[in-house]
Amino acid sequence: MAKQTSIEQDGTITEALSNAMFRVELENGHIITAHISGKMRMHYIRILPGDKVKVEMSPYDLTKGRITFRYK
Amino acid sequence: MIFYKTGEEIERIKKSSLLVGKTLAEVAKIIKPGVTTLDLDKVAEEFIRDNKAIPGFLGYGGFPNTLCTSVNSAVVHGIPNDKPLVDGDIVSVDCGVLMDEFYGDSAYTFEVGEVSDEIKKLLRITKESLDLAVEQTRSGNRIGDIGFAVQNHAESNGYGVVRELVGHGLGRSLHEKPEVPNYGKKGRGHKMKPGLVLAIEPMINLGKKEITQLDDGWTILTKDNLPSAHFEHDVAISREGSPEVLSSFEEIEKVLNNKVKK
Repeated sequence: MAKQTSIEQDGTITEALSNAMFRVELENGHIITAHISGKMRMHYIRILPGDKVKVEMSPYDLTKGRITFRYK
Repeated sequence: MIFYKTGEEIERIKKSSLLVGKTLAEVAKIIKPGVTTLDLDKVAEEFIRDNKAIPGFLGYGGFPNTLCTSVNSAVVHGIPNDKPLVDGDIVSVDCGVLMDEFYGDSAYTFEVGEVSDEIKKLLRITKESLDLAVEQTRSGNRIGDIGFAVQNHAESNGYGVVRELVGHGLGRSLHEKPEVPNYGKKGRGHKMKPGLVLAIEPMINLGKKEITQLDDGWTILTKDNLPSAHFEHDVAISREGSPEVLSSFEEIEKVLNNKVKK
């Protein structure tokens, strides 16, 4: 039976860290650190604690992610 | 946490894996147009229980059956139903058993009746990519090497490699670390060491790689509704660092060859 992996997930920002990093709580309860993608930085999309975001993850490291979208 | 197994533990996983192979061979015997996937499920469950083992998927995360039967555009995790198979279908049968505290997990995609050449090629490439992946499973290599082997072979033939579902470690639980994606880059990911046991399972789509999930909470379908193939082996890394395939398609292929002769 294949294992379902978490490549794209939704989460909520819990804390803003330095260097455009954020602490994100995923829907499944895990807490990861994620940085905001370059495209989002280019377009000055701002993120605040409490925002709902889409996070991209790699199956190799499940503690880090990349924020690719901020929901309105 | 990755668990490395001792030689004796690997032997026990091998026993479970071989039982899965035999179960799939039993399924192969009765597969033909008109048979329902629920029939296959019943045969498999009886055979596993006759061998004093426990079906590994039954109740795992709430899964209702012994087999995952995924017909045509279903990639994996299909729930057996009472719809009869039709000539020209392909059905991926994924089976797991728990015996002597250890799991075995293997899958094979069967042809129902006569299938088109396009699908035959898909099955062949998927199986080849599994063999290539097994070849990469040696100590010193990394998980990414396995993924690269599969992705390279499948995508150079124009097929899609499913991203959201991955292979996994195997042992006292059905899903262990590490995750084994079917895509990746050479030299990335965990370094493999002797004693590691992996379930490698390329899921290759005839069309695009995108998938959707049915609202039964299990069945994964391809988004473009084109068929998808799935083969799975359990592989251990021996003391010498070379791959040792624990599961076996031999019994299955013997049955299938006999069928052709008839």
